[in-house]
Amino acid sequence: MEKGQLLDLYRKMVEIRRFEENAAEQYAHGKIGGFLHLYIGEEAVAVGAISAMEPRDHLVTHYRDHGYPIALGIDPRPLMAELFGKATGISGGRGGSMHMSDPERNFWGGYAIVGGHLPIATGIALSNQYLNREAVVVCFFGDGSTNTGAFHEAMNLSAVWKLPVLWICENNLYGMGTAVEYVSAVRDMVKKAGAYDIPAIQIDGQNPLEVREATEKALEHCRSGQGPFFIEAMTYRFRGHSMADPEAYRTKEEVETHRASEDPIVRFSRMLTEDGVATQAELDRIDADVEQEMEEVVRFAEDSPVPGPETLMDHIYAEPVPVR
Amino acid sequence: MAREITYRDALREALHEEMDRDERVFLLGEDIGAYQGSYVVTRGFLEEYGRKRVRDTPISELGIVGLANGAAMGGLHPVVELMTINFSLLAIDQIVNHAAKLHYMFNGKFTVPVVIRTASGWGQLGATHSQTFEGWYAHVPGLRVVMPATPRDAKGFLKSAIRGQDPVIFIEHSLIYRNRGEVPEGEYTLPLEGAEVRREGKDVTLVSWSRGYYLALGAAEDLAKQGIEAEVIDMRVLRPLDIDTVVQSVQKTNRLVIVEESWRTLGMGAEIAAAVQEHAFDYLDAPIARVGSLEVPMPYAKNLERLVIPGKDEVLTAVQGVLARELVTVH
Repeated sequence: MEKGQLLDLYRKMVEIRRFEENAAEQYAHGKIGGFLHLYIGEEAVAVGAISAMEPRDHLVTHYRDHGYPIALGIDPRPLMAELFGKATGISGGRGGSMHMSDPERNFWGGYAIVGGHLPIATGIALSNQYLNREAVVVCFFGDGSTNTGAFHEAMNLSAVWKLPVLWICENNLYGMGTAVEYVSAVRDMVKKAGAYDIPAIQIDGQNPLEVREATEKALEHCRSGQGPFFIEAMTYRFRGHSMADPEAYRTKEEVETHRASEDPIVRFSRMLTEDGVATQAELDRIDADVEQEMEEVVRFAEDSPVPGPETLMDHIYAEPVPVR
Repeated sequence: MAREITYRDALREALHEEMDRDERVFLLGEDIGAYQGSYVVTRGFLEEYGRKRVRDTPISELGIVGLANGAAMGGLHPVVELMTINFSLLAIDQIVNHAAKLHYMFNGKFTVPVVIRTASGWGQLGATHSQTFEGWYAHVPGLRVVMPATPRDAKGFLKSAIRGQDPVIFIEHSLIYRNRGEVPEGEYTLPLEGAEVRREGKDVTLVSWSRGYYLALGAAEDLAKQGIEAEVIDMRVLRPLDIDTVVQSVQKTNRLVIVEESWRTLGMGAEIAAAVQEHAFDYLDAPIARVGSLEVPMPYAKNLERLVIPGKDEVLTAVQGVLARELVTVH
């Protein structure tokens, strides 16, 4: 990879991190309500995978969904405005943290019923196959969703119809606050893919280059008409499940251990400097740049208007209903 | 020019015409292809259109409807067949949390033009295969819910549902597939809206939909012999609900009996009664009567089943009650 590309991966991860740190701060100030699920610690999965995708490919994900649009290069201002519940939000203030999308970038959105978006991903993949669009749907989900019926129905449908969908399981070891070993008879999610004869690989999700390489190969497989592929990216969530999570289910020491050894940004920056790709000063400059960008992002959200009450009933249906 | 065909053939014509019109229309469901469809609606379709467009699915209602939602978002026009409405409960997350919500919560960026065909009905099928849940779906903003009674409506609605941009819950009934009725020659569609006064009368209004409409009509014919003229309204579409047509009728007849096959508690009849008293309180000369199923899981034995599902006699008793200005609860 060229230096520019490598630095772009670094920058995207830092953008996600700073965006979410700012969001957490604004949440504490009461500017953001409801749910706010942070992706902090897992940035390398989205950034690595998306860097391997082509513009024609599609992306569907779960409710912890801020990282993906940022990795796709979507303007972060409407993302923050959405968290603020503003008219300029990417979903006009109707969706919130969990429901961001951008059809122009084939980003089909974040979905908030665990497992619910997997069947939808198979359907988007079917439409691509049916209409001979040589695009792959990349669907992200957590370890928790692999215990839902929707997961198993979607796996089976994707395999039996050889749908061009790449399943990426982000195994962060916890479904909300419950550790995988208490709720899943099978702890390696790749084995679940094996039950449907879907080729699968388990990778280090904290290394964006490893994620990128695995995704490239997987996309090739899906594009060649051989059906779905399954990647299990081992990762770790550094923050609570949501802002309301006191994290009673894991020790501070556990989190600190992971943070110390597995922070994808720290690891990647060390790799870049040790390999002589970039100097620490160059990385610091990117950090400062992003810092400034995020200040503007928050300001944009702050200054934007709230949605007009007259728009409340818009978009219940796509086609008008006569007023009686 | 019109001709008489069965409800089933009306559905078949709609599917044929829409599949011939638009390559993006396809069918999916359990046993719709090789088996020909549980109620034989899709007989011959697999042979004619092939496996790409007539897709036998695994027994995976949640997966099927979710897949159809995604396919609809991706530019196709899926028509799902859920064998019976009882099984739709397995897919309810995809119907209520997804199909009904996506257009709104993503601010109009996506549309979900999915059609879910399913069948209500009963006939010694036992507790889990004899239910009808139209009220559950009609409860949800974002869905369109139709329950056509006549072959003409069945065909016209299905064509509109397939061409439309919104998710449609299209509820058929296993006991009216053989009913015959007039259907126009050639192409037509019907908008997914509006109740219809099918029989005019001045003494009492009978409101129903799907098979219940035939029950109401039969009762009206009996009443006519006694010199009582019942107005019969077929609701046809349960969301959005056309309450105005009912209110106008009640303003004329001053009496209302609602006939449904579902349990009365929190059913469509409860909603219609509440809306009518809001809009026509001063016109009512008697409490609104509702005729529905007994509140019990459906038993298998024929004699017990007959006690649960309302028949013409129960409708007639309810009419006598509102004419006598007495509150009568029949079932």
